[in-house]
Amino acid sequence: MCAGIERPRSDLFICEGTATAAVLDEGVVDGVEQLNAHFEALLAAGEQIEPRDWMPDGYRRMLVRQVSQHAHSEIIGMQPEGSWLTRAPSLHRKASLLAKVQDEAGHGLYLYSAAETLGVSRADLLDALHSGHQRYAATFNHPALTWADTGAIAWLTDGAAVVNQAPLCHTSYGPYARAMRRVCQEEAFHVRQGYDVLWSLCQGTPEQKEMAQDAVNRWWLPAVALMFGPPDTVAGGADDRTAAMGAAVSQRSMAWGIKRHTNDELRQRFVDNVVPQAERMGVTLPDPAIRWNEERGHYDFSPIDWQLFRGALGDGSQCARQRLAHRVAAHEDGAWVREAVDAYAAQLADGELESVELDDEGRRVS
Amino acid sequence: MSERSARVLTPWEVFIRPRRGLAHQHVGSVHGADADMALANARDLYTRRGETVSVWVVRSDSVHAASPSEKDPFFSNAAHKPYRYPEHYIPLNEESGHDG
Repeated sequence: MCAGIERPRSDLFICEGTATAAVLDEGVVDGVEQLNAHFEALLAAGEQIEPRDWMPDGYRRMLVRQVSQHAHSEIIGMQPEGSWLTRAPSLHRKASLLAKVQDEAGHGLYLYSAAETLGVSRADLLDALHSGHQRYAATFNHPALTWADTGAIAWLTDGAAVVNQAPLCHTSYGPYARAMRRVCQEEAFHVRQGYDVLWSLCQGTPEQKEMAQDAVNRWWLPAVALMFGPPDTVAGGADDRTAAMGAAVSQRSMAWGIKRHTNDELRQRFVDNVVPQAERMGVTLPDPAIRWNEERGHYDFSPIDWQLFRGALGDGSQCARQRLAHRVAAHEDGAWVREAVDAYAAQLADGELESVELDDEGRRVS
Repeated sequence: MSERSARVLTPWEVFIRPRRGLAHQHVGSVHGADADMALANARDLYTRRGETVSVWVVRSDSVHAASPSEKDPFFSNAAHKPYRYPEHYIPLNEESGHDG
């Protein structure tokens, strides 16, 4: 294999839902302990791991899983707001929503590109999404019922995403960190435009304000629960056992520098961000336990326990089935484009096509 | 996957010059059957906000690389050569101060 700069030196094959296996070059196997020591030393020094560096299988697997799930979430995440593109209330709102949804597609592609540096193929990742072997954020398994939902989704779920993603700009895997830096720059626009949509509705008629409040009521839990993952600390309100379950995954990820904070720390940061924003806008967040805690210097809110978390998942719902079916249909409907491109490329490779030079008026030269 | 359908998935590395006066910088990769398609995809993906002034695409398998951790002797030429740095020498504007 002729190694590109961002292509890994080991081949990695994704099996359905099973562990991936890295095939190391011969002669490298002897020095695995030494390689691992070097890898750990890089992490300890706060250095980043790059595609051609040796890395433990577990690290690679955790990254493939996280980056591809992240990519899938961006792609599926286009759907709730995408459904309002043709019904946006003004040309201005339509243009900004279109730009926002395009960004989500772009974020998915940045992330697939980062995942490929780990030795997986984009086609395999898409197959895994379509067959249900890889997951996407369950947040998007909720329907966008009114125009106000586009505002609530961008303000709350993108707002939650920014809190999650800002630390990922310094995650230990270089290509993932670089992708996240591009994503974060663009997310700031998403959150602001979502807030702007809701703000305008709140300045409008009582019906419009009610529409904004209704959307916030429905998107609060998907944002605060699902965007941050299950509870993983006792401080987050989970009982010992629950916290331990969540913490096992979080700690492995944090030891490798993939994650930088626990789910519950980030959840708290999100709540601290949005409570004053909601107050300024004049909507009520649907959690009666929210109040400022002088002692902690944070807002209190209802703990996200496993029961609440599972309830918010919406697994197996009609909407979840529609999201995946829509994605699969879009992929299948695009098959003819891929076939046409392949036919073109094959002809080009076989020398059957010659490049055609045109003059300024579009006439064929020679 | 057939060999033919793999053509559409040929990866290309993308480099952009964000502003005049800067070097092209690697930003990620796209897929494309040929250079024109890769360029169009790179434009759509990496230049949505118009600050870019130039885009390069290079087939990923055309880039040959060496990394320090892989080929240590390859870079050893640069090791232990403090005399290549200005700090190795007596400061120009101090009375005395050669501290190493």
